[in-house]
Amino acid sequence: MGNEEAVFFSRLLTEMTLSFHIIYATIGVGVPLMIMLAQWVGIRKNDEHYILLARRWARGFVITVAVGVVTGTAIGLQLSLLWPNFMELAGQVIALPLFLETFAFFFEAIFLGIYLYTWDRFENQKKHLLLLVPVAVGAGMSAVFITIVNAFMNTPQGFDLVDGELVNISPLIAMLNPAMPTKVAHVVSTALMTSAFILAAIGAFRLLQGSNHIYHKKAVYLMVKVGLVFSIATALIGDFSGKYLAEYQPEKLAAAEWHFETAGNAPLILYGILDDGEVKYALEIPYALSILAHNDPTAEVIGLDQFPEDEIPPLYIHYFFDVMVTIGMFMVVLSAFYVVAKWRKWKLGNSRFILRLIVAGGPLSMIAIQAGWWMTEVGRQPWILRGIMRVDEAATSSGSVDIMVVAFALLYLILGVGSVVVLRRMFRNNPVEKELDKMEADRLAGETK
Amino acid sequence: MTLTLEIIGITVLWFFLFGYVIVGSIDFGAGFFNAYSLLTNRQHILTKIIQRYLSPVWEVTNVFLVFFFVGIIGFFPKTAFYYGTTLLVPASIAIILLAIRGSYYAFETYGSRGHKGYSFMYGAAGLLIPASLSVVLTISEGGFIDMIDGQPVLDYSRLFLSPLTWSIVVLAIAATLYISAVFLTWYADKAKDPEATKLLRKYALIWALPTMITATGIIVELRAHNPEHYANILDVWWAFLISGLMFAGTVYLLWTKRYYGWAFLLLVGQFFVAFFAYGWSHRPYLLYPYLTIYDSFTNEAMAIALIIAFIAGLGLLLPSLYLLLRLFLFNKDYVAGKKEDNHA
Repeated sequence: MGNEEAVFFSRLLTEMTLSFHIIYATIGVGVPLMIMLAQWVGIRKNDEHYILLARRWARGFVITVAVGVVTGTAIGLQLSLLWPNFMELAGQVIALPLFLETFAFFFEAIFLGIYLYTWDRFENQKKHLLLLVPVAVGAGMSAVFITIVNAFMNTPQGFDLVDGELVNISPLIAMLNPAMPTKVAHVVSTALMTSAFILAAIGAFRLLQGSNHIYHKKAVYLMVKVGLVFSIATALIGDFSGKYLAEYQPEKLAAAEWHFETAGNAPLILYGILDDGEVKYALEIPYALSILAHNDPTAEVIGLDQFPEDEIPPLYIHYFFDVMVTIGMFMVVLSAFYVVAKWRKWKLGNSRFILRLIVAGGPLSMIAIQAGWWMTEVGRQPWILRGIMRVDEAATSSGSVDIMVVAFALLYLILGVGSVVVLRRMFRNNPVEKELDKMEADRLAGETK
Repeated sequence: MTLTLEIIGITVLWFFLFGYVIVGSIDFGAGFFNAYSLLTNRQHILTKIIQRYLSPVWEVTNVFLVFFFVGIIGFFPKTAFYYGTTLLVPASIAIILLAIRGSYYAFETYGSRGHKGYSFMYGAAGLLIPASLSVVLTISEGGFIDMIDGQPVLDYSRLFLSPLTWSIVVLAIAATLYISAVFLTWYADKAKDPEATKLLRKYALIWALPTMITATGIIVELRAHNPEHYANILDVWWAFLISGLMFAGTVYLLWTKRYYGWAFLLLVGQFFVAFFAYGWSHRPYLLYPYLTIYDSFTNEAMAIALIIAFIAGLGLLLPSLYLLLRLFLFNKDYVAGKKEDNHA
């Protein structure tokens, strides 16, 4: 296998692993907080519906965590197996957050194990709820540390490059790179938003299927509210991300916005297709790109003309940008409408149409996450470490990457199908109604004792 | 010999690898015994004991391994170049096995009971994982990697035809079963389950001798394969003697059916001493003859940052681990199955 092929297959395998892992990682970061919220509301209102909600979510969560853990182990090792030259170089500067991530995850894993096996073991339910705090914190910190590594790949700093050697290394400055604040905030906020909308979608799906139980209504309402908060946060952070890109990675912004010539009063291009270098059928919002980039409708935005041909990212990232932003905006509007409708007691809020949209919102949010990652990762091309190391210099020289692509594709297929089948069976064999009846019976039995 | 950052770094990592060897072995071996008991229709004796131990700790085991390989890239970034390039296939196989085993464990335990085929696969994977991971130790002895055009290339035919490879594979499997059986004997005894104790004690005694014979055999093979390492091993012969005495202690206690807790502690001691004596004699090489801990070491700023992070992290982890052990492993009611099932 030539180097070109090794690079191609290494990219393919990494893209595959990350795209699969991010589904479970997103749930892994977001859902602990949702469980916590439900359990907290349940304890405060003394409402067993919320408690059961927390309990059932926790059960499903274990399955997704398991897949998240093993795929996370895979990507952790694949970084060194597929990109040995990158890890050899970057490891000298950015190993600290990778190392810290292991601790965060360790912490999370221990307390998740304890939390799962101590339901009803404490007299005081609040103690049990407290065990979730380290789970949520550990999950959140894992995301923070890993995103810091990714941010470093976009804006490497914390070292000097002298004759190809890295000197004056400062691990903390490397962690506090310019891409870090917006990236970390965006990843955490979208994970919370997506998790909330997925849980809302599950509840809405059951309601559509004919269950009219108040349990599902409570779940949907609670999760749409949480989703609304984090989708608004995500939009705000997205705006900051635009400003960050304009300053530190103008080529990524320009490629995503099809902004070819450096100019002021720059319009934002949404949708459309690129035909022989010409933008067609696009929606142009005047001044919007200048505002996104610099908060000033007349500000000059750097275009692709400022970069050498071989340092321009692929222009198809524009489509990823479209998908991400459209879904994000849609979810803000949908969840805002639903919350207002519930609050004002509009009939439309409970209509099947709105419920269907909420069901769609779960998978759509996950698609937005995928699109966002594809945009930022492809948008960094041709660099693996921006300005320092190109992707084709980083890849392995091994000749067996193609076979590994096939092997891992099979693995992800097995894990994906397995997790869906198990989750469906788990909840279908033990419906909410049955479990609530049992809780009621247990309670009565306890009182008569 | 001064205590340099390099030595501190590799010692920290070696500790975690040792932790993985012990907790991983218990886990992998337990899966195998479970499958074997299914095959021989003795499932009713073992399954409960094994599941009660495994359930709360399965995720923690995996983290030890992740910790080791993330740490080794952190402290010794050059290992990414040598081992990363050459281990693509064996490490990928190990990842795939770990992934299937780990996730299907969760599917089965928290989801719904599957059929027997799954348990057999799970048990078999538990033996294949140590076998595939142990290949890394074989490769580190040198003689299997050539530098071609400045790139390290693994010679598979030489690797698979070497008796050293297969001895290490056999040791990995035997040790896994031995460690696991000794631990579970103690655990079953604590759970007051005489039938399970009896069966597991038998397994422990069966696997004791193969473990010792292969371990000794490997040292003899190293004499021809890597004379430098062999000479270094002879320098610390006394450590291996201590390890051997501890081994005799474990077997004696098991034989006389006494103090299973002490038997397990002696076993941990036996492996601890041997593992560190092996590591010590391997020093300074990470990969004979290309890579030492000195020429692959990261910069001082990163090393200090990692060590500080490690100490801070331990401050957080040790109390948490203690809590986990107290609630499950050392909780008499839980171990004996008296507590109700409090699972979510």
